[in-house]
Amino acid sequence: MTHQRPADSRTVHVEGLARVEGEGSLLVEVRDGTVETVELEIFEPPRFFEAFLRGRRHTEPPDITARICGICPVAYQTSACLAIEDACGVSVTDQIAALRRLLYCGEWIQSHALHIHFLHAPDFFGCQDAVELAGLDLPAVQRGLEIKKVGNHLMEVVGGRAIHPVNVRVGGFYRAPSREELGALVDPLRRALDAALTSVQWVAGFEFPEIEIDYRFVSLRHPDYYAIESGRIVSSEGLDVDAKGISDLVLEDHVARSNALHARLGGQDMYLTGPLSRYALNYGQLSPLAHEAAAAAGLGAVCNNPFKSITVRAVELVYACEEALRIIEAYEPPDPPAVAVPGRAGVGHGASEAPRGLLFHRYELDDDGLIRSARIVPPTSQNLLCMEDDLRRVAQANLSLPDEELGWLCEQTVRNYDPCISCATHFLDVTVERR
Amino acid sequence: MSTSTVVSRPTIAVWKFSSCDGCQLSLLDCEDELLGVVGAVQISEFKELTRTVVEGPYDVSFVEGSITTADDVERIRAIRQASSMLVTIGACATSGGIQALRNYADVGEFTTAVYAHPEYISTLAQSTGIADHVRVDFELRGCPIDRYQLLEVITATLSGRKPVIPGHTVCQQCKGRGTVCVMVAHGTPCLGPVTKTGCGALCPAVDRGCYGCFGPSDSANTSSLARQLIALGTSRVDVSRLFRTFNAGAPAFREESLRNDSPETGG
Repeated sequence: MTHQRPADSRTVHVEGLARVEGEGSLLVEVRDGTVETVELEIFEPPRFFEAFLRGRRHTEPPDITARICGICPVAYQTSACLAIEDACGVSVTDQIAALRRLLYCGEWIQSHALHIHFLHAPDFFGCQDAVELAGLDLPAVQRGLEIKKVGNHLMEVVGGRAIHPVNVRVGGFYRAPSREELGALVDPLRRALDAALTSVQWVAGFEFPEIEIDYRFVSLRHPDYYAIESGRIVSSEGLDVDAKGISDLVLEDHVARSNALHARLGGQDMYLTGPLSRYALNYGQLSPLAHEAAAAAGLGAVCNNPFKSITVRAVELVYACEEALRIIEAYEPPDPPAVAVPGRAGVGHGASEAPRGLLFHRYELDDDGLIRSARIVPPTSQNLLCMEDDLRRVAQANLSLPDEELGWLCEQTVRNYDPCISCATHFLDVTVERR
Repeated sequence: MSTSTVVSRPTIAVWKFSSCDGCQLSLLDCEDELLGVVGAVQISEFKELTRTVVEGPYDVSFVEGSITTADDVERIRAIRQASSMLVTIGACATSGGIQALRNYADVGEFTTAVYAHPEYISTLAQSTGIADHVRVDFELRGCPIDRYQLLEVITATLSGRKPVIPGHTVCQQCKGRGTVCVMVAHGTPCLGPVTKTGCGALCPAVDRGCYGCFGPSDSANTSSLARQLIALGTSRVDVSRLFRTFNAGAPAFREESLRNDSPETGG
C-alpha cells in the first residue's frame, strides 16, 4: 500500500458561512487522504442573556429571550413561558394552549418556508442564492415567498408582530384574537397548504448525496399530536423524560474555538434534534395528508439522510398548515386570554420544538419572583457535534472533489441543519446550579 | 443581462454585528417586494441571503448589530471606508441592543457566570451602537425595524432623497389610530409617550403598554413619565427595568433608568 501523495493533504476553510443565521465558519483538514480535523467555528460574539436575566422580573423572559433569535422568537417565548409557569405552579387552559400552538405553527411555516426555498434549495441547483434560483425556477421561489408570507401573517394576527411578537405573556396572551380575525386566515392557509404540497414534490425531485447516518434522535413527544409546543422528551434509545429531566441530563462543554457550547446527553453522547428526529420519533402522529406527501416523496417512517431534511421540512410544512387550519376551525377565544401567574420562589423548566430543534429553558426564581438564574439550551448547540460528525463523513466520502466543490458540499452539510448560530452563542454553563 | 446593466445598478451590502438577525430578516420578510428590490440593486454582501461576495466599494451599506469586540471596531471602520452611505438598522446598531445591559454590569463577572472557560472569550466591556465608532448617514430604529420603514429607506436612498420617517411618539400614533389609552383607562405602565413611533403602536393595540423597542422619541420627557408611572403605583426599580431593555444604551432611557435604579434614588 503506497502512502497518499501530499496532494491529499489539504485544508478547506470556508470563512463566513452564508445562508445560515449568525456568524460562523468551518475548517476541514485532510492529512494523507484522511480527514483529520473538522471544526465549526462559532465567532458570533456572546450576548450574555443568562447573565443579564438575573434580577429581572419573572414576567420578562418572553420579551427578552425572543431577542436571542429573529427567526424563531416564538420558540424562545414559548419555552420561557412554560418554564416560568412551571416554576410558579400554574398551567394554562386548553384554549390558551391551542392559541400558543397556533402561533407556533405560524413560526414553523415562515421559518421552514424560508429555509427550504431561500437558504437550502439553492445548493441543490448550484446557485449562490434564491435570486439566482429564481432565474431557473421563478415559480418555486415565488411559492416559497407566498407560503412564508402566510406564516408571517398568522404570526401578526395572533402575536401582533411576526418578528418578536408583542402579544405573548407568561400565562397566555394579552389579547385573544377574535374568531373573525382568525377566520380571515383560512383561505390563505389553504393556499399555503396546496403550495406546501407542491414544494414537497419539488424537493423530492432533487438529487441527494447518498449518505445514511445512524443518529441518536431526540425530540419532544406529545400523547395527542405531533409535538411542537409541549410534550415530554424522548429518544430513539428509549429516553422518556420531562423538561427537567432533559435539563439535568444534558451537559455542555466549552471548547476553545467556539463561542457556543457542545451539548452531550449524560455528558457523553452526541444526539440530533430537529426535523429528522421529530419525524422519526413522531411519524405516527402526522396527518394522513402529510403521510401521503411523505410517501409520494419516497420517505419511509425514518429518514437517515441529512440532505433529505429539506424533504422532511416540507412535509412538516404541510402538517403545520393543516394543523393551523384545524386549530382555527375549533377555535374558542380564551377568556380571559391569560391565567394569572403570581411570582414565587421555585425552579421551572420548559421545552418546545423550535423549527430547527429542541429548545429548553430553566429558571430559578426568588421569593419576589425575580430571576436568580437562567439556563437556555438552543437547538444548534445541541446539534453542533452531529454537524461536525456529518462533516467528517461527507468530507471523507468526497475527497476526490476539488477544494471549491468540497467546500461548498461542506457548507451544504451545515445548512442541512438550518443552524441558528446567533442562538448557539447564548448559553450558560450551569455547574453551579446542577449541584 | 448585459454587463452595463450590472455596473449601473447600485451596490448594496448588508452587514451583521452582535444581534439576533431579525432586522436583516425584515428585508426577507418583504415577500411582495423582495425580488423587485434585489433586482434593482447589486447585492455585494448579504450573508443571510447569498454566498456571493463582491469586493467594495459599496453605494450603500446596511448595518445590523452592535459593536462588542475589538474585531468589530476594526471591521466597522473598514465598512465605513468602503461605503458611500451607511445606514444602521435596528436597536442593536443604534444603541447597543439588549446586550448593552452589560454596560450596567461587570462584564468579567458576566463572562465567568456564563462560560466555563472565560479565557476563550474575547469581548468588550460595553455593547455600543455603530455611531459611537463611525459616521452614520441614517439610523432606522426598532427591535425589530418595521419592514415598511425599511422599504422607504431603501427607496429613498436609491433615489437620492432623504427617507421620510416620522419622529413623533407611539403615544401620538396610538391616539391617531383611536386605541383606548392603556395607561389612562387601566393604569398600565406604558412608554408610548417617550418612544419613537414606527411600529404602528402595536402594544396598546393588544392591551399592553409600549415597552419602548423603537427607543426614545425626539426630546422625550422621560422624567415626567417616570413620575406618572410611580404615581400609578409602579416601583422605582420597575421603572428602571422598563427603561432598561432593548434600548438600554440610548442616552435618554439610560439616564432615566439610572435615576430610578434603587428605591432610594431619583427625584
